[in-house]
Amino acid sequence: MHTGEITIDSITKIEGSAGLKVTVEAGKVTDLKFIIQDYRRFYTQAVKGKPYLAAPSFLSRICGTCSVAHLFASIAAIEKSQGIEVSAQTKLLRRLAYNGLMLRDHALHLYFFVLPDVLGLDSILDISDNPGDMGHTLLHDSFDIKKLGSDITDVVIGAAIHAPFPTVGGLIKTPDESKFAELAARLETVRTQVLRGIETFYAWPPIMTRNSDYLALRNPQGYDFLQGEVVNTSGKKVPADKFHEFLKSVVIPYSQAEGYVFSDDHEDYLVGALARINLNQALLNPRTKQDAAKYLTVFPSNNIHHNNLAQAIELLQCVDDSLAILTTIKLVAEHPIRKPPQAGVGVGVLEAPRGILYHMVKVNAQGLIEDYDVIVPTAQNQINIANDLKKYFNENLAKGEEALKWEAEKIIRSYDPCMSCATNFLKMEWIRL
Amino acid sequence: MEQTAKKLGVGWFSFTCCEDSTILLTELLNTYLVDWIPLVDFRHFKALKTNNRLDGLDVAFIEGAVSSDSQAASIKQIRAAAKYVVAIGSCACTGMPSAARNAFTQEHLTENIKDYMCRFDYSAKVRKLEEVITVDDKVEGCPMDPQAFLAVLYKYLKIVGVVKD
Repeated sequence: MHTGEITIDSITKIEGSAGLKVTVEAGKVTDLKFIIQDYRRFYTQAVKGKPYLAAPSFLSRICGTCSVAHLFASIAAIEKSQGIEVSAQTKLLRRLAYNGLMLRDHALHLYFFVLPDVLGLDSILDISDNPGDMGHTLLHDSFDIKKLGSDITDVVIGAAIHAPFPTVGGLIKTPDESKFAELAARLETVRTQVLRGIETFYAWPPIMTRNSDYLALRNPQGYDFLQGEVVNTSGKKVPADKFHEFLKSVVIPYSQAEGYVFSDDHEDYLVGALARINLNQALLNPRTKQDAAKYLTVFPSNNIHHNNLAQAIELLQCVDDSLAILTTIKLVAEHPIRKPPQAGVGVGVLEAPRGILYHMVKVNAQGLIEDYDVIVPTAQNQINIANDLKKYFNENLAKGEEALKWEAEKIIRSYDPCMSCATNFLKMEWIRL
Repeated sequence: MEQTAKKLGVGWFSFTCCEDSTILLTELLNTYLVDWIPLVDFRHFKALKTNNRLDGLDVAFIEGAVSSDSQAASIKQIRAAAKYVVAIGSCACTGMPSAARNAFTQEHLTENIKDYMCRFDYSAKVRKLEEVITVDDKVEGCPMDPQAFLAVLYKYLKIVGVVKD
């Protein structure tokens, strides 16, 4: 294309609504708008004045697919504000439940959204019903992986979506340990299917490379989605509760979500599975490292399509970590730890499936919420996505419009963006574009 | 149940919500997709396909509350295209929790919130689905109750003549 406009009104096979508008003049991209379209619900404002115990369940409604991430980040923030330290058993059960979230969420993205791109199809609905077809095999693998992830969260925290058992201080119900052996047996069975998926995304050839900085949580004790400090590509480290100081919020006039850049140099960055594997692959479960050794040689990578491979490897990590927990844990009956309310500020930072998630709460002496902020991964990736797309279009304008649109959607999908999450904001100093 | 040659033309649509019922539906597909392929023609399902169309819709399942006049216009277009409309989940059925801002006072309306509401076409109030269109059925829950959804789906499979008792 030499001059004209390329528009995708509604990007498909993602969570939520987003569009793209690209203006081309004299063979160059002069404007590109990646537009997050979900309307805001202003939950961080609505939660003010409520008792802190009510907040996590309400805020899990920010997102349907990663509701457990919002639930756990909110609980962690409130526990810090109240000086509550949970038991080792609670930490382990949260870790196990979180592996269940990752299994279901990553598998949804990889198989239901991206697999049709790999197979050159529009949709999983078009996959052959021939059991000898690889697409058919992979689709049925995804059913088993997703269902197992959901069943783990069902057993440990009561549901995969808006789970009822997690609360401030622990779990309101101790899981039924008699169900653990069956989950462990299914995890062993599903390993073969997960490895088949890793090979599939390893062999998928698309390349879209741009130099990005990467941010992820790192716990030196092991590969951890729930605890650690924030590290970046150049080795800078920031305690999780100072994470917001890394960032500056950017108002994007046409988008319902703000973007983020580094506060010092105003450069963009990427969060998510690619960042985690790039920065933390040495910390993976030993069994995962052994069986994924061939695929881990790809990392560190600047190819955004490798976010898919990184998620596929994290599926194996979650299988192996869950097996380690399920085969060793001995549960005792526990009740949530509670203390009289105290005034305080707390921050909960964890790795949601799509990257770093930050919840900050300010509680008064009566236990009521005075202030609340959230920073979500897709909002952080928004500027990086737009800059990747600008590079892609500038280098490929000779291609036909339909090919450009499909490739652009594939790049966006590789980030696994979630627009429902993205439309929540932090009150920071803003840069206006 | 006896199957006929016809398929149920289905559209699945999401408006203001967390899309938890969409996620739950993708979980139901783990168990039911193979059974549904001969019975259901997913004609519009943005979460799963790129080539979407509004024609031939027997049933439109609509998730989410209504935040703006432009969303209301889209929903009326879906209503006109579909023989039946089913409200899915709490936000579509009751407005809540997406309608939490309806209880905001002037004190809640910070400069940041006013900025977003001015830049985009937010309605003064968030509405539940039946405040915008006629709804034939509701599947309540946050997310939707899966058994209630399955019951509604099979109800319309029978009404439209895709299956017989």
